[in-house]
Amino acid sequence: MIITNIESVPGKTVLEHFGLVSGSTIRAKHIGRDIMASLKNLVGGELKGYTQLLQESRQQAMERMIEEARLMGANAIVNVRFSTSSVAQGAAELYAYGTAVRVE
Amino acid sequence: MIDLIVFLSLLALGYGAGTWAEKRHYRSIAEREGAMIDMPAVTLKSVDIPEHKIRSAQLVYGSAVISVDYFKRILASLRNIFGGNVKSYESLLDRARREALLRMKEMAGDATVIVNVRIETAAIGKQSRRKNIACLEAMAYGTALTVEK
Repeated sequence: MIITNIESVPGKTVLEHFGLVSGSTIRAKHIGRDIMASLKNLVGGELKGYTQLLQESRQQAMERMIEEARLMGANAIVNVRFSTSSVAQGAAELYAYGTAVRVE
Repeated sequence: MIDLIVFLSLLALGYGAGTWAEKRHYRSIAEREGAMIDMPAVTLKSVDIPEHKIRSAQLVYGSAVISVDYFKRILASLRNIFGGNVKSYESLLDRARREALLRMKEMAGDATVIVNVRIETAAIGKQSRRKNIACLEAMAYGTALTVEK
């Protein structure tokens, strides 16, 4: 599966469009990480636990998107975008969407 | 009285440790940016490379969650009274974005150029009655192009 965030796959021609595919996950932080984060919050700096958590969730959202594209028979996803929104206290939604296409 | 002592020591801790950590982080950012200078990351959608020469295109991304220290948070809340530039938060955003860009470049490995770079910021802080974890995530993503030599 080729994934890009530009309109085409450079060096390859698009044969067929399948339309929008998307994947999302909603993750809450667990309490241990929250306590660590509030301690770290005093001195500032990177919250590694959160970075890792968000990265994992985003990976999962992308995998769901890829799965959807695969079921349609696509072999590439172009123009992928990400968005993040906090839906509830301490929970965030990671969303990835793009256009499934078939390239030669 | 006890409250005041706790407050002042937190303030001192935030100022001391926060400034030290920020300086260290900036040093490491500058160092890695120097090492990665050969790989340009541009917001253009296409670059001047003949299409048949491009061997692969791949989505790359990087992100960082960074929080502000206690001292700066107090400073910012004081700033809220009078309004104006919140200088203490500027470095927070700057660090998060540059770190995200660097991680994206690290993921790209030996790619030639990264096109269509987008940077996104999301506040993922937890809002509660007592404490507010002020942190934000910066995420950078783009398409890494590898050109055959």
